Amino acid sequence: MTLWHIVLAASIICAALKLAGYSIPPRVLEKPSVSRVADLMTVAMLAALITVQTLGEGQAIVIDARLPALGVAAVLLALRTPFLVVVVAAAVVAALLRLAGMP
Amino acid sequence: MSSARSAAQRSALRQGLAVGAATAAYGVSFGALAVASGLDIWQTCVLSLLMFTGGSQFALVGVLASGGASAGGAAIASAALLGVRNTAYGIRMKPIVGGGFLRTVAAAWVTIDESTAVSLAQSEPRARRTGFWVTGIAVFIGWNLTTLIGALIGDVLGDTRMYGLDAAAAAAFLGLLWPRLTRLQPVAVACGAAILAGILTPALAPGLPVILAAIVAILVGVFNWFSHTRDDAPGQAHGQEGER
Repeated sequence: MTLWHIVLAASIICAALKLAGYSIPPRVLEKPSVSRVADLMTVAMLAALITVQTLGEGQAIVIDARLPALGVAAVLLALRTPFLVVVVAAAVVAALLRLAGMP
Repeated sequence: MSSARSAAQRSALRQGLAVGAATAAYGVSFGALAVASGLDIWQTCVLSLLMFTGGSQFALVGVLASGGASAGGAAIASAALLGVRNTAYGIRMKPIVGGGFLRTVAAAWVTIDESTAVSLAQSEPRARRTGFWVTGIAVFIGWNLTTLIGALIGDVLGDTRMYGLDAAAAAAFLGLLWPRLTRLQPVAVACGAAILAGILTPALAPGLPVILAAIVAILVGVFNWFSHTRDDAPGQAHGQEGER
């Protein structure tokens, strides 16, 4: 699989998922277990991605400047800071810590 | 849209433009991260044009960054699993913005967290339609322009870690997750999925831990664990929690 195959396949699948919402009968989502799984799927994916993006380095788990940066992001989110400010603040914290010598 | 807009429609218009501007700003970080993960500028721009759903885009480049092209299957699956929620949004938006074939395709294209949330936040039907289209189109234009800018910058930056862009991606995932943590059930799923992904990371190829974390959502969702029984009674329309 080349990078182009990956980019196009993933894009087409995601676009098809959007179109599916306008095509499938709404009754499917009225089943409570289906709508619950659809909602919780997003939560599970995002949570797993946070772990991997914060601690992962290939197959290793490492603690570096990303972890304190994520902590700052969590505090800012708890204080209802706008999304964009949170993202920029996390980048700045990680960049400064690395400037100070943290891996 | 007629020139005689109602106050509710003007309010929806303003909200949509504001959300579009805010979202566009972090398209820069997506563009830079995508280039850092090994994609070229064209591939990065195609993602924002065709896929056009931020969470899935970040997921795809995140897995590619850790596993390269050999993690392609896992990268595609992560993006797809994270894109499932757009199907649910489409079902809800269809009666509001549906129409002929071309209009439906256009609506599906811009069906994302932001357009759905701004639309459903309006109380008047026409304002809901305005909110959806203005937000969707504003985010689409802004997101694609700033993706290109980010990709060009990322090409020049080289080591994006030095600028903390890897931490920015983690914070973006957290920012998307945060508004969904309104009840015990999603909190339990988030904790379970995060821990499972961490445990599996050393054992499996990059990308697979994220996909296997979906099992947590399926188990908890099907058996309805960690729920307060009343608010998930059968027949009740599914809630709108979790939308920004």
